[in-house]
Amino acid sequence: MAETVVPVTHEPTPEETHLRHHFATPEQQMDAATLGMWTFLITEVLFFGGMFAGYAVYRGMYPDAFASTSRYMNLVLGGTNTAVLICSSLTMALSVRAAQLSKRRDLILFLILTMIFGTIFLVIKGFEYHDKWVEQLVPGFNFRYDEAIQYAHNAQILFFLYFAMTGMHALHMVVGLGLLTFLLVQANRRVFHANYFAPVEMIGLYWHFVDIVWIFLFPLLYLIGQNR
Amino acid sequence: MATIAHETPRTATPVNYLNVEHGWKSWLFTTDHKRIAVLYLVSITIMFAVGGFAAVLFRINLLTPEGLFSPEMYNRLFSLHGIIMVFFFLVPSIPATLANFLIPIMVGAKDLAFPRINLLSWYLYVIGALFAMYCVFRGGVDTGWTFYAPYSSTYSNSYVVPAVAGVFVAGFSSILTGLNFIVTVHKMRAPGMTWSRLPLFVWSNYATGLIQVLGTPVLAISLTLIALERVAHVGIFDPNIGGDPILFQHLFWFYSHPAVYIMILPGMGVISEIVSCFSRKRVFGYNFVAFSSMAIAVLSFVVWGHHMFVTGQSVYTSVAFSILSFMVAVPSAIKVFNWTATMYKGSVSFDTPMLYAFGFIGLFTIGGLTGLFLACLALDVPVHGTYFIVAHFHYVMVGGMVMAYMGGLHFWWPKMTGRMYPQVWSQISAAIIFVGFNLTFFPQFILGYLGMPRRYHAYPPEFQMLNVLSTAGSSILAVGYVIPLIYFLWSLKNGPIAGKNPWGAAGLEWQIQSPPTTYNFDDTPVVNEEAYNYGPVEEVVG
Repeated sequence: MAETVVPVTHEPTPEETHLRHHFATPEQQMDAATLGMWTFLITEVLFFGGMFAGYAVYRGMYPDAFASTSRYMNLVLGGTNTAVLICSSLTMALSVRAAQLSKRRDLILFLILTMIFGTIFLVIKGFEYHDKWVEQLVPGFNFRYDEAIQYAHNAQILFFLYFAMTGMHALHMVVGLGLLTFLLVQANRRVFHANYFAPVEMIGLYWHFVDIVWIFLFPLLYLIGQNR
Repeated sequence: MATIAHETPRTATPVNYLNVEHGWKSWLFTTDHKRIAVLYLVSITIMFAVGGFAAVLFRINLLTPEGLFSPEMYNRLFSLHGIIMVFFFLVPSIPATLANFLIPIMVGAKDLAFPRINLLSWYLYVIGALFAMYCVFRGGVDTGWTFYAPYSSTYSNSYVVPAVAGVFVAGFSSILTGLNFIVTVHKMRAPGMTWSRLPLFVWSNYATGLIQVLGTPVLAISLTLIALERVAHVGIFDPNIGGDPILFQHLFWFYSHPAVYIMILPGMGVISEIVSCFSRKRVFGYNFVAFSSMAIAVLSFVVWGHHMFVTGQSVYTSVAFSILSFMVAVPSAIKVFNWTATMYKGSVSFDTPMLYAFGFIGLFTIGGLTGLFLACLALDVPVHGTYFIVAHFHYVMVGGMVMAYMGGLHFWWPKMTGRMYPQVWSQISAAIIFVGFNLTFFPQFILGYLGMPRRYHAYPPEFQMLNVLSTAGSSILAVGYVIPLIYFLWSLKNGPIAGKNPWGAAGLEWQIQSPPTTYNFDDTPVVNEEAYNYGPVEEVVG
C-alpha cells in the first residue's frame, strides 16, 4: 500500500484515457460503455429468466416432488459457496475502487483475491456435482430415486433444472475468471488509473450480476422444502 | 432524377471507405460500420439464395398432388427454408446491413458505439451460418423453424443440435447488433440531433434493438434446453417425466412473436424515408409514426399466446391474447395512414425505391388485415395451421420486409457504392417481383381458406390448380430477385457516378460524399433542423 495517489494536475491526454476515435470525450465513452454493459446484463437476466420461468411453472405443478429433493442438497457446501461469492463481490468492488484511485498494487491484490474466491466456488461446485453423480441424481445419465419412488419422475425435472441452472451459472463464472485474468494482465502493465478504469468497472458489473444469479439460485434449489 | 450526373468516372475517385484500404485483411479485421454492413450484405445475400433455392425445390414438389420428393425430403426442405430465411436473412436483413451502414451517419457519428462488437456480431453470424450449413450437408433438420418439443427434443431423427446451435450463435449476433444500436442512439447523437429530429428509420431500428435485446436471450435458453434434452434423453419438456411441451411453445413464442416485429419494424423505417423523399414532403405526423414503432415494440411482448389458440392454452388466456393482438393493429395502421397522408398532395415520383414502397404499403396492408382474421379466436380455429397462415405471414415478411429491404437497397445503393443502377431495369424488376409475389402467395390464401394444411408434401387433386399457380408465381419471383443481383453487380464498375444526393433527399447521409469516407464526417455536424425538411427544397428540385 506504499503507492500514493497521483493527483491529476493536467487535462488527461487521449492516450491516457484510451479515447477511441469515434467518441468526442472520455465521458461520452464511459457513458456508452456503462449503458452497453447494463443492456447486456438485461439480456442476461432474460437468458436466465427462461429457466427461472420453467422452474416456477414446474414448482407450481409438482410442489411435493420438488420439496422431496431438498434432502439431497448439501446445505453446508451451498451455504459456504454463497458466503464465498459474497466475499468475491466485496473484493471486486474494492478492485474497482482501487482502480479509480490509481492504486495499482491494491488493484492487483483485490483482483487476485476475487479470482481465488471464484475458483473456490467452482471447486466446491465440482465436489457437489461429483456427489450428485455418486448418489445417482443425474437425470438421463445416472438417476435413481428409490427412497421416494412416487416422485421419481417429477424430481428429475428439478434435477435437470438444477444442473442446467447451476451449470449455466458456473459457465458464467468461468468466463468471469477469464475476464479477471485479462484485467490482471492489464493492471500489471499499468493500464488502469484514475483517468481510465472502464474495463475494471464493466467486468465488475458482470461479476456482481453472476453473483446475484447465485443469490437467487441458492434458496430456490437448496432451501426449498427445508421446513418439512 | 434530373440531378444524376452522367460523367465518365475512374479518374480521381476521392478517398472513401471502399478504396481507403485493400486486401482481405482490410475487410476481415475492419471495424468500420460501413465495411461490416457490406460484409453482412454479402453474407445474407448468400443465405437468401440458399433459402430461396429450398423454396423453389419444394414449390416444384407441390406441382403435383402426390409430390415429387419423399415426405422426409420435403420436411427438410421447408424447415431449411424457414430457418435460413427467418434467422439468417430476415432478422439481420435491414438492421445489419442498411441500419448498420446508416445509423451512425444519420445521428451524425463517426461509427457505432462499439465498432469491435459490431465486427464480432458479423463473425457470430458467420459461425451460426456455418453450423446451419453443416446441418444441411449432414442431412438437414425436419422440425420446421419452430423446433416444437417433444418432436425436436425426442423424436426427430434429423440433425437438430447443429441447427439449434446455429440459431443460438446467430441469435447472439442479433443481440449485439441491437445493443450497439441502442447505445449509439442514446449516446452518439451529434449536437442538435434531438430525439424529435431523429430520422424515423433510426426510431424504428431503435425499437427493433429493444426487441432484439429483450427477446433473443429467451430463444437462446429455450433452444439450449432443447439441445440438452436431446443429449440427456430427458428434460423439462419431456412428457414422460411430467414435463410440459407447451412450456416450450410459450418460451419460443415469447421470443419469436416479438421477432416477427424485428422482421418488419426496420422495413417500416425504410418506407418512412422513401415515402417522404419521393413525395417531397415531411412525414405526416412524425411523432405518431415514431411512437407507433415504440408501441409495436412494447405490444410485441404481450401477444405471443395467439400462436397457441389451438394448442391447449386456457380459453381465458386466449381471449386476453386475442384482444392484445387486435391492439397491435392500431400502431401498424397509424403508420399506413400516415404514409398515405404524406403522399397526399405531395409531389410523388415513381423512381424504383418508391415502387417498392407502393408494393410494401399495399401488401403489408393485406398481410396486416389478414392478421386480424387470425387474431380472432373463432376464425383462427379453422384456418390455424393452413396455407392461410403461410400466405398471411409471407405477405408481411416478404411483401413487407423484403419489399422494404429491396426498396432501401435501391434508395441507398448510390450512397453505399457511389454508383447508380439502370433505372428501367430496376423498375421492371420491381414490377416482376410484385407480380410474382402476388401470384405465389395470393392462391395460398384461398388454399388455406379451403382447408389445405401447411407442411404436407402431398394434397388432394382439387387443390392442384392453385398450387400450380403458386409455383409459377415463385419462379417469376425468383427471376425478379436475380435481375437486381445482376444490375447491382454491373453498376459497381459501370454505373453512372451518383454524386452526393441523387434523389435530392433530406437527411445527414445525403450531405456527405458518396461513398462516405471512413469517419463519415470531416467535422462533427451540428443539426439545427427537423428531419424531412422538404419544404424549401421542393421548388429547387421540382
